[in-house]
Amino acid sequence: MKRYVYINDNESSHKLYCDNRISNRKYTVLNFLPKNLWEQFGRFMNQYFLLIACLQLWSLITPVNPASTWGPLIFIFAVSASKEAWDDYNRYFSDKKANEKLVWVVRQGIRKHIQAQDIHVGNIVWLRENDEVPCDLVLIGTSDPQGLCYVETSALDGETDLKTRVIPATCMGIDFELLHKIKGVIECPNPDKDIRRFDANLRLFPPFIDNDVCPLTIKNTILQSCYLRNTEWACGVAVYTGNETKLGMSRGIPEPKLTAMDAMIDKLTGAIFVFQIVVVMVLGIAGNVWKDTEARKQWYVLYPLEGPWYELLVIPLRFELLCSIMIPISIKVSLDLVKSLYAKFIDWDSEMIDYETGIPSHATNTAISEDLGQVEYIMTDKTGTLTENRMIFRRCCISGVFYGNESGDALKDTKLLNAVAVSSPDVVQFVTVMAICNTVIPIKSKTGAILYKAQSQDEDALVNAAAQLHMVYANKNANILEIRFNGSVIKYELLEILEFTSDRKRMSVVVKDCQNGKFVLLSKGADEAILPYAYDGQQTRTFIEAVEQYAQLGLRTLCLAWRELKEDEYQEWSLMFKEASSTLVDREWRIAEVCQRLERDFEVLGVTAIEDRLQDGVPETIETLRKAGINFWMLTGDKQNTAIQIALSCNFISPEPKGQLLLIDGKTEDEVCRSLERVLLTMRITSSEPKDVAFVVDGWALEIALKHYRKVFTELAILSRTAICCRVTPSQKAQLVELLKSCDYRTLAIGDGGNDVRMIQQADIGVGISGREGLQAARAADYSIGKFRFLKRLILVHGRYSYNRTAFLSQYSFYKSLVICFIQILSFWN
Amino acid sequence: MSETNSDRQRRGDRESAFYLFTQQRLPACKPVLTPPWVITIYFLVGFIFVPVGLFTLRASHSVVEIEERYDIECVPSQFRNDKVSYIQDDSVPKNCSLLFKVDKYMKAPIYIYYQLENYYQNHRRYVRSRSDQQLLHGRNFHGTSYCQPLESSNNRPIVPCGLIAWSLFNDTFTFIRGKALLKVNRTNIAWKSDRDHKFGKNVYPFNFQNGTWIGGGKLNPRIPLSNQEDLIVWMRISALPSFRKLYGRIEEDLDVGDYVVVQLMNDYNTYSFGGKKKLVLSTSNWLGGKNDFLGLAYVFVGSSSLTVAIVFMLLHLRSQR
Repeated sequence: MKRYVYINDNESSHKLYCDNRISNRKYTVLNFLPKNLWEQFGRFMNQYFLLIACLQLWSLITPVNPASTWGPLIFIFAVSASKEAWDDYNRYFSDKKANEKLVWVVRQGIRKHIQAQDIHVGNIVWLRENDEVPCDLVLIGTSDPQGLCYVETSALDGETDLKTRVIPATCMGIDFELLHKIKGVIECPNPDKDIRRFDANLRLFPPFIDNDVCPLTIKNTILQSCYLRNTEWACGVAVYTGNETKLGMSRGIPEPKLTAMDAMIDKLTGAIFVFQIVVVMVLGIAGNVWKDTEARKQWYVLYPLEGPWYELLVIPLRFELLCSIMIPISIKVSLDLVKSLYAKFIDWDSEMIDYETGIPSHATNTAISEDLGQVEYIMTDKTGTLTENRMIFRRCCISGVFYGNESGDALKDTKLLNAVAVSSPDVVQFVTVMAICNTVIPIKSKTGAILYKAQSQDEDALVNAAAQLHMVYANKNANILEIRFNGSVIKYELLEILEFTSDRKRMSVVVKDCQNGKFVLLSKGADEAILPYAYDGQQTRTFIEAVEQYAQLGLRTLCLAWRELKEDEYQEWSLMFKEASSTLVDREWRIAEVCQRLERDFEVLGVTAIEDRLQDGVPETIETLRKAGINFWMLTGDKQNTAIQIALSCNFISPEPKGQLLLIDGKTEDEVCRSLERVLLTMRITSSEPKDVAFVVDGWALEIALKHYRKVFTELAILSRTAICCRVTPSQKAQLVELLKSCDYRTLAIGDGGNDVRMIQQADIGVGISGREGLQAARAADYSIGKFRFLKRLILVHGRYSYNRTAFLSQYSFYKSLVICFIQILSFWN
Repeated sequence: MSETNSDRQRRGDRESAFYLFTQQRLPACKPVLTPPWVITIYFLVGFIFVPVGLFTLRASHSVVEIEERYDIECVPSQFRNDKVSYIQDDSVPKNCSLLFKVDKYMKAPIYIYYQLENYYQNHRRYVRSRSDQQLLHGRNFHGTSYCQPLESSNNRPIVPCGLIAWSLFNDTFTFIRGKALLKVNRTNIAWKSDRDHKFGKNVYPFNFQNGTWIGGGKLNPRIPLSNQEDLIVWMRISALPSFRKLYGRIEEDLDVGDYVVVQLMNDYNTYSFGGKKKLVLSTSNWLGGKNDFLGLAYVFVGSSSLTVAIVFMLLHLRSQR
């Protein structure tokens, strides 16, 4: 399904697509009462209490004052209704504010100030610096001569760095005045919620020269609720409006999580209901029999000889009313109140404030605190969760020479500093790749110092390290990169960026050296994504050794490589690349395929090693939680060796004599199957010994195991207290959580980055670390904490307290109700 | 060594009740039930309860009580097979006499009770069938719907209305020792609060028991309700189906070997539902009437707690931790 957006066409699309009115409201003033009551009466408990309350209005059968049921019932309904009303009023208010904000929109060729809710698909919207974007726009012009603008997307994905957005090639250079009159069509998919993807095409109508189809990506859009920064103005065509924007589509109400306790309470309520019916039947029949045999003889009671037709029902119904309080009416409300207090205790806890950043812990989901006390499995991410995610360049290996091995810091290694000083060609190439093979944006601050805005911590570390090695990435002016090296300025023209994806595991840039006009491909990536593509004859053994050595130390490694391109080779490839990036279907896969054609015959320059320190208190936390009987799984996208090293250093697994690591690997189904069975056998044998056995599995083997040998793998998962899964994708993380959940374990997932979001949402309890990879995980999570070590307090203190308190409260509620009820039955017995 | 202001303030904040509450650090105490503690407590309970129980039992036994069932004996032998027709037949004389032998010295005041068994004054229809407002305000109060099914006769509300008043107990007793009539005090048998505040001084039972349904006793229409103490006693309904109600007091001591003849009018119908009627003479002391339950309960709880204490102690000694 596609949508065709006609730019600046005032009539055609008005009826087709909704306007830009945002509405998150659930109720209106008129339908609030009926709708809210309807919703509340959807719950079985409430229906039951209403029935009881109505029966009490019949004075013949009511043993107690009707107010004793109506009072609490009305109170409870009023409490939940007013809470709903308050929430809805707030939503209405914020919607109204957003809807009535004034924006500049082109109408009949003239720029007008209108309310944001009147924007229609196809309108051209103008934004000034620091304006909030009112709907999803495709950029067509900016104040920047190169067509760049910067946006802050923190409201969308929680990432605080500035992102560059660029206008499509066709719109480049269109005059400011002409932008008002521009006409054309944008062919784009129907609204979805993927904020990282926008596969569309743009075609301008004459007189705008270019009649070609121009591909659009997410880079050409600015999405609702972003902010325009560092750009004087920008304008764009509205493509998705109102609740159909990417943000609006992703809003949706998440499925409420139910705790084990809630399920238990529901079951108990059902059981008590059945018990109540039995009691009512037995006592009702006994009462009727007694009445007919005995009570009629009691002349002083003066029973009428002929009763009304419903006479037989009276006594059972009376007992029903007496028994109705067996089910405590207040339990839901009191539990809700108490649970929100637990959440507040978590927010208030001064021992869980991260004093480095001043971020306190926060419970987003107030309803599931007691599940914290029942966690059986913790799935943890590595980078940023166990480690600090503060990358520091530590060592490197350039053309077989190791730097930084003695001092542990290559930037202080005189050998390297000397090599840079004498401009040793290998080293210069290496440092150049470090400096420019990235998507970092240098920003000059007022004091003249250069600040780097990087999306990835590794790139930040590399660029900063390069700057310390006197290769300063000074300025990015559109496509011209300026590097200052030993006092001279070197300029490169940036031609293409082959972006990093988790499948390719490498990124490359194609640049033109402005000094000698040479085309160069610069690449960096994981060792298995670079080393196999080295040109024939290059010795990569030293690099493999280096990678292994660094991984042993728990360092993150990247291989840097380059290749000189011939001009025609580049031009030819450039066309293919352009074509691939304008496909609408399977664009990602097509691009990867095209990139593969260029990224070959590398000359590998060297290996960098970046240190990511463990967070404070991680080993102690893991040990304490393991002693509490909680099992840990580490799910990481990192290399196996690095993962194992980190696991060893944070008490995750024990070293050889005490612990044992079992590897599951293999490239084919058979291999994986065999190794799975071998591991399972060992696991069964050693399960009686006091030995820490853990298994290690990589993403590839995991894929096969989950697909074909799910049963075996599940059995293994139940047996093993510890597991390390490396090279796993976000969806595999979620699958693993799902697997453990299906075995009826209570799982907790903890992570910090966007790649952990799915796992966090999938788990019974999601904990986000508000870390350096943005707030995405923390937003999706039920609890957000500042540091991994707070997990100990969260589970062992707050979880335990909450569990005990909820258990006590609900047991006491039922006990109290039953006692009151039995007293009433006894007193009525006669 | 000087403390700065902000330090002091911060310390103050840290000690404030709200801070302690938010950090879940409010001081609390909770008994730790270690075996020695538990055993001590059980022993203590045992040592206190058993003597108290024995003392109470003794007091209960010092109360002299004579109880006599009369509903069967008072039926003439020709009616023994059809007691209901006997009680409903107005032409048959209902008088009857009982002989009490005093075995123990009884000190005045001696309380006279009538006891009814299998009589459900707590029945739902019965309990609700009264109007407290009418009892206090009489004819001035009209809402007698509470009194169903006996609220009016001849379209005028009955005073007092309702089943309870209607079924008033109406057996009467006179007591003779030797040749002389024993003086029975029939005043002050109802609660003072009932007489003063719940039954009206100007309410006269002018149309009581006039209707088609004839129930129990009648009332003197010239005496206001606040002085009708038999009615007031009767209207304090009992919670259990077997109960005693005060009839009067004998204000003379009875010696051992005295014979007391009771002349009674056996008017009240308990035969149709198989109830029992008894006459009780009883002295009283600080415990009230004769009642072994309290003493037995004390002795039982005390001795079982002693047993538990001993068992726990043996267990504790055998397997000490």
